[in-house]
Amino acid sequence: MKAKTPKVTQNLILTGVGGQGNVMASRTLAGMLVDAGYVVTIGETFGMSQRGGSVMSHLRISPDAVKSPQIPQGGADVVVALEPLEALRVLTVYGNPGTSLLTNARPVYPIGVITGERDYPSDEALREAFDALTQHYWLIDATSVGLELGNPVLSNIVMIGALAKTGLLPFDRKMFEKEIRKTLSADKRALNLRAFDAGAEMI
Amino acid sequence: MTKLLAPAKSKVLFLGNEAIARGALEAGVAVASAYPGTPSSEILESLSGIAGERNLYVEWSVNEKVAVEVAAAASFSGLRALVAMKQNGVNVASDFLLHLTASGTRGGLVLVSCEDPGALSSVNEGESRYFARMLEMPLLEPADFQEAKDLTKWAFALSETIGNVVMLRSVTRMSHASGNVICGKLPNRKPRANFEYGGPVMDSQTGPMISTPVVAKHLLIRQKLKTVEALFEKSPFNRYAGPARPELLIITSSACFLYATEAVGLLGLQDRVGILKLATTWPLPPRLVTKHLQSANRVLFVEEVMSFLEENVKVLAAGRPEQMRGKTFFGKYDGTLPAAGELNPDIVAGALEKIFKVRRKRLPAAYAAAVQKAGALIPPREQTFCAGCPHRASFWNIANAIALDGRRGFVCGDIGCYSMAALTPANGYHTMPTLHSMGSGTGLAGGFSQLGRFGFDKPILTVCGDSTFYHAVIPALINAQHHRADITFIVLDNAGTAMTGFQPHPGLEVSALGETVPAVEIAAICSAIGAKVAIADPFDLENTGKILTAFLREKGPVKVLILRQACALSPQKKGKKTFEVEVNEDLCLGDACGCNRLCTRIFRCPALTWDRKKKKAVVDRVVCAGCGVCAAICPQKAIIKKQGTA
Ligand code: SF4
Ligand code: SF4
Repeated sequence: MKAKTPKVTQNLILTGVGGQGNVMASRTLAGMLVDAGYVVTIGETFGMSQRGGSVMSHLRISPDAVKSPQIPQGGADVVVALEPLEALRVLTVYGNPGTSLLTNARPVYPIGVITGERDYPSDEALREAFDALTQHYWLIDATSVGLELGNPVLSNIVMIGALAKTGLLPFDRKMFEKEIRKTLSADKRALNLRAFDAGAEMI
Repeated sequence: MTKLLAPAKSKVLFLGNEAIARGALEAGVAVASAYPGTPSSEILESLSGIAGERNLYVEWSVNEKVAVEVAAAASFSGLRALVAMKQNGVNVASDFLLHLTASGTRGGLVLVSCEDPGALSSVNEGESRYFARMLEMPLLEPADFQEAKDLTKWAFALSETIGNVVMLRSVTRMSHASGNVICGKLPNRKPRANFEYGGPVMDSQTGPMISTPVVAKHLLIRQKLKTVEALFEKSPFNRYAGPARPELLIITSSACFLYATEAVGLLGLQDRVGILKLATTWPLPPRLVTKHLQSANRVLFVEEVMSFLEENVKVLAAGRPEQMRGKTFFGKYDGTLPAAGELNPDIVAGALEKIFKVRRKRLPAAYAAAVQKAGALIPPREQTFCAGCPHRASFWNIANAIALDGRRGFVCGDIGCYSMAALTPANGYHTMPTLHSMGSGTGLAGGFSQLGRFGFDKPILTVCGDSTFYHAVIPALINAQHHRADITFIVLDNAGTAMTGFQPHPGLEVSALGETVPAVEIAAICSAIGAKVAIADPFDLENTGKILTAFLREKGPVKVLILRQACALSPQKKGKKTFEVEVNEDLCLGDACGCNRLCTRIFRCPALTWDRKKKKAVVDRVVCAGCGVCAAICPQKAIIKKQGTA
């Protein structure tokens, strides 16, 4: 699909649970967009916030200026979530009627759910909420694809492949290939490209 | 080639901390030292990656004070040096810094303090900007990534101009945010070190580097600050954007500048509000600030965390009462902005709404209702020890030993991932009622142990991590041993500074340069001061439990238990599973088991979950790290471990 080129700032939030490869995904995305000529600002926190907690990267993709590393409430154009509960958490703060969502389907249970003190929302409740809070959403099982490819953490690349296919952001497979050439060895690149393609096929 | 060494003019996506490191390289830094601490660690980390190529000396020092001393020695010898730390590191370094600003420096010396408004990864939201004022050193605050690089580079030149240390202050949302940076040239100098000290005492280039004669040297610092003021008046890093006579002047610095700009845009107030962004925040350039103050009758200070700019601008204004008549100041003092926590565009927009009596465009009512409805469905996601974390096993052992002992013993906490043991309810076993600064657990434990004469009767334990041990625990431990403190001191040795990304420390045989260095053994230090020392693997619940129980019973001075097991995220463990673990559904009694779900309700490994349909425990193989500890806690032996991939 041909990606649209933003004339105004596009706000993307990448979310998930510590350890899911959120930071790597946001860097890869941002790297591609910087090469494409955009001014990209990523807001992120790591450190203690990674230990099993919710993590978020705010990406501001601007034609011309550095932006606040925190997106204002209700300001997300696109949400990409590696975990569905985190998708919902982000939508309730940063969503608006025009927000698009791409989310992984596989839950990671918070401790309160494991201990039985709290409930994890049902699939139906999640879908209903996504319906109400987005213009459009895609729910894909990226973790299973990652597991098939030998490592569940590849789900982040599966999501990037899927995101490329949605056309919500101006990047494609060629740019992804160029980006990972900067950091990954040849065999890892091949695996990442397979994950990317598998993601694209899910859209 | 790493992007840190990208050629001049290339456009690179840098983390704020990488931009600072690049700025130091462009300035020709020769020596860099730091103690790891979020959000500062990536500065030294990235420099250590290219130290060989650029012929730098890079060191993870034992603590922040020593780090500044190492950098200062380089400066005294004419080299450019950088030292980095998190906000409370400046407290640790401050004693040396007080004397350093008096002795002065030679080669450019830049102190980078990365602060954590909102305490996203800290147990305090301390402000080190006040140290700049108190210790009388110039202060710079970058407000974007390009500036982080350029200001750092300039800071070295400034330091050499005035012969004193310069402080550069960043915040989490700068240090850990990323953005475009256009690189400058990397110099090709081969600096030589030489320390002159035979000249007259007041000669800054050839005399001794000492803080005496105190009053004369102090007057010299004041003169240096006057020079700085004059340079700051002309600094291109201070910028104003907005109308010539704004209805409101915002004075701001650092990431808050980006929040303020965004907030003004959200409310469409660009034609009514002006923003004075200051990069040189101590000492303030008086003429520049006064000029802008005169252009508006209302002034709002947007800053984190304390009201540093607000106070200093008000002091300037108080000196010019006739020019300042009729001004209204908004900020933290009058409650327009919150007195604590980090800011963001929404909070600043809220302040502007109040001042201008306008309202930002709201979401449609139906959407807001859907948000409310969805919000009720969302359980919180508490921080907790990682799956396979050695600390979970350690605290399980500690909690059990305390329970068995029966005298309501408790643990004095310390700083590291293990601080999470103080969180509720992320852990089913709360044993850590005190938590302060690095090393304080041991100092407090020693103090509690002296209270027996006043009727205090609980056994006292304390913990610290391996890195913390070297940083600040040793004096407290010697104090405890010397004063016969009856404490059980537990070192949670996970082979690195896990919380900040596995920087080496003196207990390891590797340095920041990647060289092999002698390890300084914790056990040997503890034995040398006469403490009783035992070593165990926290994953071996039986043995660890036995030792702890015996230690709690035993009267006498310091008993040390070193619990050794690498962090679950450590490079040697990541991606490998020692054990493949699963729950045998036939053996798991589920809700019917007398354990009352010890495994999932109390032990709380995020990978050991509960299947609500089958009403049995189940291991999530995506999250499980394969430590095998849960197999030992199930009384039914329903959790089965098999040899895994590592
Ligand atoms: S990073 Fe390491 S030490 Fe910290 S919680 Fe995770 S496993 Fe434990
Ligand atoms: S083996 Fe058990 S305790 Fe260890 S990570 Fe896996 S589920 Fe958690």
